[in-house]
Amino acid sequence: MAPLMGLLLIIFFLPIAWFLFQAINESDQTVLEQIKRVALSPDITYVIWNTNWIALIVTLSTLLLAYPIAYTLAHSRKFTFTLIIICVIVPYFTSVVVRTYSWMVILGRNGLLNQALLELGLIQEPLGLMYNRLGVIIGMVYVLLPYLVLTLFSAMKGIDTNLLRAAHSMGASPFYAFRRIYFPLSLPGLISGCLIVFILAIGFFITPALMGGPEDVMIAMLIQREIELNLNWPLAAMLSLALLAVTLVLYAVYYRYTNLERMLGK
Amino acid sequence: MNQVNGLHPLVRGMTLVACILLALPILVVLIVSLNNDSYINFPPDTFSLRWYRSFFGDSRWRDALYTSLAIGLMTCLVSTSIGFLGAYAFLRSRYKAKKLLLSLVLLPLIVPHIITAIALYFVSAPLGLIGSRPWISIAHSVIALPVVVLILISALQNVDESVERAAFSLGANRLTTFRRIVIPLALPGVISAALFSFLTSFDELIIALFLAGLSSETLQVRIWNSLIMEAEPIIAAVSAFLIMATIGVLVIEAGVRHTMGKRNTKLP
Repeated sequence: MAPLMGLLLIIFFLPIAWFLFQAINESDQTVLEQIKRVALSPDITYVIWNTNWIALIVTLSTLLLAYPIAYTLAHSRKFTFTLIIICVIVPYFTSVVVRTYSWMVILGRNGLLNQALLELGLIQEPLGLMYNRLGVIIGMVYVLLPYLVLTLFSAMKGIDTNLLRAAHSMGASPFYAFRRIYFPLSLPGLISGCLIVFILAIGFFITPALMGGPEDVMIAMLIQREIELNLNWPLAAMLSLALLAVTLVLYAVYYRYTNLERMLGK
Repeated sequence: MNQVNGLHPLVRGMTLVACILLALPILVVLIVSLNNDSYINFPPDTFSLRWYRSFFGDSRWRDALYTSLAIGLMTCLVSTSIGFLGAYAFLRSRYKAKKLLLSLVLLPLIVPHIITAIALYFVSAPLGLIGSRPWISIAHSVIALPVVVLILISALQNVDESVERAAFSLGANRLTTFRRIVIPLALPGVISAALFSFLTSFDELIIALFLAGLSSETLQVRIWNSLIMEAEPIIAAVSAFLIMATIGVLVIEAGVRHTMGKRNTKLP
């Protein structure tokens, strides 16, 4: 345990703490003034609002796609199972840059979708599918979908299907049995999965930076810009602190409601 | 309800659509990478390996590939060995706060990488560590640790503690027991952990972006820089190469688990 904790301490916990502390102290304003400035700046509050809104939409859209996949996975035999799991696992382990790039090829101005629609005569000129909110959401859903599928799947695998059979034998319709028995039983997995997706979404950088327009700046991009372009370390640290605080609070909720041991397959 | 035949058509339809959405972009990149034109054309009029040749022929792309491989291998060594010791200690000692410890180990996965990257840049720039490959791989090891530790804990759970005790009672010391009993029994897990930590490093962009400087550009950083400037068609070939590398690693991992899993169950 000692080498592991030592490495985490020296390369992870201490640098983050040191950076936040030092960079915030570098400013000649007091901490309170800095917080005030961040909270009162319309540009920054707009970005924070944006970040949460995009993360929320992404989480809900991901859930909509992930639930049926996970359900089918949990109830299918070897061949279908293998086929679906390949579709989930290969993107899961492909780098985020490559996955984002693949959607840029499809959604770009001269991308596949526009080419196809033009050729079919359905549109007269290329649609703006990228460098806007839609592009960011599609890209992020694609990156986050495998996480949620796998979380939901492991939760659904633990549901006893005999309960559904019992309900059925007592005259419940399949939909009624799903709504009253299966869905509530899958709810803990659903909530913890959505929490993780939301946590990851608010910290997203690569996809919104590549696929977003000028209106779609998210907080992680703002942090990077403050450092690369403005060298404003105090402000970057302040924003990082805010993002970190929200992340940790949500993680604490996740921690409270999730059985971490289940992740170990016990 | 137990079989796919019993699934509602709506559920099957939605699953099909979602799976197509998952697979399509990957397939598109693989096909586009075989383009012969200097712009993205789908489906390509003629197929060629032209962009693969420019990828492997260009020394800057090749250097980036070597850098990524070197950093990936170092990450794999550091995170697997430290993760192994951590996972072993975690399981074999009576920590009351197991859940809390585990949640701390998982944090590098949860904390936005941009924060980790900037913090590491902030502390390493004054020390002149920007561009140092070992330093990048140590940073990548921290990011890979959560996955490594989870895999190794579940692999070590299957190693029966009584076998270890038997070795002790026969006079083996701790090191011998570790080397001759624990590591061989957990080997499939160790190999999986090593492969996944390699992939984590090989695919990581944000930390590498801040720590690479000019001298240690990884493949991901190079793709990023070239996507921001102008999307050259060569990126399709590089991306396709990365997808195939990922699939290769996954196939090796599945193969290792399959053959070694069989061997282990045959043991008395």
